[in-house]
Amino acid sequence: MRSLTKLIEAALFAAARPVTIDELAGLDPEAGEHDVRAALDELRLAYDAGGHGIEVVELADGFQILTRRECAEAIAEARLVHRPRKLSAAALETLAIIAYRQPVGRADIEQIRGVQADGVLRMLQERGLIDVVGRGEGIGRPLLYGTTAAFLELLGLKDLSELPRLEELSVALKPPGEVR
Amino acid sequence: MSMAAPVQVADRPFLVQLDAFSGPLDLLLHLIREQEIDIADIPIGRIADQFLAAIHQLGLNEAADYLEMAAYLLRIKVAMLLPRPLGDDEWEDPRAELVRRLLEYEQIREIADWVSRQAGERSDRFARGLLPEAAELPPPPLLLDLQELLATAERLVEGLPGQVLHRVVPRPLDTEGATLRIRELLATRERFDLLELLGSAPTVTDVISCLIALLELARLGELIVSQDVPFGSVAITRAVAHEAH
Repeated sequence: MRSLTKLIEAALFAAARPVTIDELAGLDPEAGEHDVRAALDELRLAYDAGGHGIEVVELADGFQILTRRECAEAIAEARLVHRPRKLSAAALETLAIIAYRQPVGRADIEQIRGVQADGVLRMLQERGLIDVVGRGEGIGRPLLYGTTAAFLELLGLKDLSELPRLEELSVALKPPGEVR
Repeated sequence: MSMAAPVQVADRPFLVQLDAFSGPLDLLLHLIREQEIDIADIPIGRIADQFLAAIHQLGLNEAADYLEMAAYLLRIKVAMLLPRPLGDDEWEDPRAELVRRLLEYEQIREIADWVSRQAGERSDRFARGLLPEAAELPPPPLLLDLQELLATAERLVEGLPGQVLHRVVPRPLDTEGATLRIRELLATRERFDLLELLGSAPTVTDVISCLIALLELARLGELIVSQDVPFGSVAITRAVAHEAH
């Protein structure tokens, strides 16, 4: 294993969140993005080939070491970890709207769901899945919400482009931009 | 139309559990899908009645969002009843907006399902530092019964210092004795010095006792306390008035 690979392994192990390529490049003043990616590949291969219980996963604009899916049941059963609580239908719908329409205000979310959204928005914000990203035009300059890195982490996505494209859905409607 | 009036349900009554729905659109979509209704041609009268029947069981507070939808459905129902001018190509189906909202909502539901599945898969892979919640307390280190616990608590409570408002200290002042001594001295001498009265090595309480006795006797007019020069000795003189009695 190259020394950069070793450093990256240590950094990913020590950090409790996804680490970006830029951050990993900071481990070695002579390392560029290309070297970091090569080292990540080497680490990933080493874990895959060696039959390890962990793997290198790309998510939320960074990389993180996660346990392998096949190990989940046993370690959860042994109460060494806990699965995050599942989100309610209301929370999932609200997240879905925000993910596709961001930045989006409360009124639009309520219009689409036909339900008041204060409570759900507060809860999602407290869990760090959404955040205020700006203020809209109009009366009272309403707060506009967007998804956060924690949202990508929750879903295990690299970035928002990994969300299903609207054409792929069975109920295809207008693209987000055209819907009021 | 009054909301409180009993609702006539067109077909068979629809029994639905409202907490199972995330909102009025969810309920509406359920009614439509359950009866395999063509979303492009919703029998708005029937659906509106079923909707009203379903929300009838709700309390007013939780029903606000549902009532808004019910009013919207009834508005469409009324609009449908209006005569349509013949040969009018401009006529817009009053249900069009509802259909658009339903489809939009259904799309969001599909995305929500995807989000849920994705989150479920992600939750099968753990990152470092995700500590289990302390759901269970560690077992108690000692076994003790309730009596013991209560007795201990009682003992501790008793030992607690109460709030101190004023602490009373015993003062072994002897003003009576001092008064007696002063009177004895006065009986034999017309004038004497404070230091004589106090004697050698008086304690603080002796001094205080004597001072109080002196002041009291002075008040009663039995003697006069005087000091000729500042910081000089204090002289005690038998009062003339006393002799007059």
